[in-house]
Amino acid sequence: MRELLRAALVIARRDYVATVWSRTFLLFLIGPLLPLVAGALFGAIGSETDRSASHAAIAVIATPADGAALAAARGRLVERLGDDALPDLLILPPARDPAAQTRALLADRAKKVTAVARGGIGTPALTGPARAIGETIDGLGLIYDEARQARALAMAGAAAPPPVAIARHEVETAAGSDAASRMVTARLGQLILMMLTMILAGMLLSNLIEEKSNKVIEVLAAAVPVDAIFLGKLIAMLGMSLTGIAIWGGTAAAAVLLLVPHIGAVPAPAVGWPAFALFGVVYFVGCYLLLGALFLGIGAQASTVREVQTLSMPVTMAQLGVVAFAATVVGAPGSALAIAAMIFPWSSPYAMIARAAQSPALWPHALAIGWQAIWIAIIIRLAAARFRRSVLRSGGGGRRSRGRARNRKISAA
Amino acid sequence: MGDYAIEAHGLVKDFGATRALDGIDLKVPAGSIFGVLGPNGAGKTTTLRVLLGIIDPDAGERTLLGDSRPLRQARQVGYLPEERGLYPAMNPREAIAFMGALRGLPLKEGRLRASALLEAHGLGHAADRPIRTLSKGMAQTVQLLGTLVHRPRLIVLDEPFSGLDALNQGRLEALIRAQAADGVTVIFSTHVIAHAERLCERIAIIAGGQVRFEGAVEEARGRLNPRVRLGMREEHGPWRAALPADAARQDGLWRFDLPDSGVEPLLRALIASGAGIETLSIERPGLHDAFVVIAGEQAARAMDAPDTEAVP
Repeated sequence: MRELLRAALVIARRDYVATVWSRTFLLFLIGPLLPLVAGALFGAIGSETDRSASHAAIAVIATPADGAALAAARGRLVERLGDDALPDLLILPPARDPAAQTRALLADRAKKVTAVARGGIGTPALTGPARAIGETIDGLGLIYDEARQARALAMAGAAAPPPVAIARHEVETAAGSDAASRMVTARLGQLILMMLTMILAGMLLSNLIEEKSNKVIEVLAAAVPVDAIFLGKLIAMLGMSLTGIAIWGGTAAAAVLLLVPHIGAVPAPAVGWPAFALFGVVYFVGCYLLLGALFLGIGAQASTVREVQTLSMPVTMAQLGVVAFAATVVGAPGSALAIAAMIFPWSSPYAMIARAAQSPALWPHALAIGWQAIWIAIIIRLAAARFRRSVLRSGGGGRRSRGRARNRKISAA
Repeated sequence: MGDYAIEAHGLVKDFGATRALDGIDLKVPAGSIFGVLGPNGAGKTTTLRVLLGIIDPDAGERTLLGDSRPLRQARQVGYLPEERGLYPAMNPREAIAFMGALRGLPLKEGRLRASALLEAHGLGHAADRPIRTLSKGMAQTVQLLGTLVHRPRLIVLDEPFSGLDALNQGRLEALIRAQAADGVTVIFSTHVIAHAERLCERIAIIAGGQVRFEGAVEEARGRLNPRVRLGMREEHGPWRAALPADAARQDGLWRFDLPDSGVEPLLRALIASGAGIETLSIERPGLHDAFVVIAGEQAARAMDAPDTEAVP
């Protein structure tokens, strides 16, 4: 084992130095810009699944009559304006202490309300974080106006009421508002993870193919166990990516320092930034090892770039599917689909980074990291065996080709 | 290690439906220069790969430096594969040090030795140039030096002469002899019989995945009788009765195997009849002649065909 590690580190060092001092590394460093492009794509993929979760919901404490009027008014407006233009309403009867009821609603994570309206349709007041109030007050005003007009029409002879003025009562936070903003963090985490791993896996594959075409692989295979070659390559790319992350982290830190006034706009993850960053690194390593091992196993089967493209295309497409699958966690963290995404090895890192952004519980991460570690060991083992069996096969083909060339010459002679 | 650096018995290797090795038996004495001869496709490269532990045999046993798991002895072995491979962006010093590091030599020490080796082989000026800028011969020398940098006890060279010009072939022969003089075992494969004839003490002739002959070069030659060539001024005379039964006339000369009794009875008859001897020579058979007899005409023709191998 010690010799295996020593050999793996020799190969890792060579690969690391060669990669970091190459132009490819520059491409890797600007790689994170790609998520901006991919963001649009994934926004579309995930939008359906999280629409209900991200759509602002206002709890309305109202009498049954007012509640019915508001619900009916919203229904009529939806026909004209569409559902997205208006906040969802969660109509609740008043409790004995409306102020306490408001506080309880804002703190209730399960209900996910971003603000609470009370005071009836005559003198409504909206309580919530400034941002949530700003995002919903206009839509809410439309609903209240519609309800008031409808009631005035129903009362024959009553004049059309003037537009309602909703009083604003700002508070620090609301559970629903936090949930909505953390979805942004969750999605961002998934995107960065996906882009990093896919760029890396591609580089790993190119590196292996280059080595096969340079015929270096036989020099390596004659000197060290093939498992060490496999491990060395994985370690090198991991080291290279962690270097990239350090550079990006430094740049991000500098950007944060320069843009201090805007820090408040970054939605904080549920587990807090330090734990989120730690999980980010752990899940990135897990995700990369799972995908990288798979790609190396594939790369060993191929001897040309074209073969690699043919073989890796289905895996790349499957990987996109896996990320889309994991995106369901963001919209519906407790759903059966989300749990399946957390269990399936290749989607687990994506699903869990999203969970870290949305839920403060730490124990599921301990469980997931252990689970992923088991699968990493299994995949590396299987892929290394595949690598060992097939990595030198292409050399034989070359030899046979030359043999045929020679035979042709003999026949010609 | 014992008397043999390499021992193999009954090695079998199949690639799909193709049997590449079909019961290879080999014994390479420690400290010797051993040649593996055979045409392309005979199974030489596969034999060497199996012996080195790069691939495992489907059947049979092998020991390398006394170890049945050859890779455990990798630090004692230097290997130059048939398909040369170097990282084009690396410089020769780093490439040689890296190959040493793969076999346990610390990088710092490897760089020092690499510099010395490059100087000694006339490549000191190119030590820091990217390998992609070197000529094929220079790159091949760099890879060969990488095979030697960790001072192995066993050197395995797969078709080491292919792609080299005559000057560099001569240098490589000298280098192989120097290594053997230091007690290093050298085994190399080739399809050029002359190299084996000049360098080797023992050879194995492989054809069709089987060892057709293994032993001393002299032993291989000994399988054929020396040939006699005789040219006479007089074509007819009583001396003809003294010619051996296998004598045949070709290009004005009589040719036949040296009889067990030697040429003295024939010479006496020639002198007695005054036939006038114009030419008389006794030629020892070359390794090529032995190869033809051992491996067959077809294998010999394949050996003689021009080299079509790709070199970096």
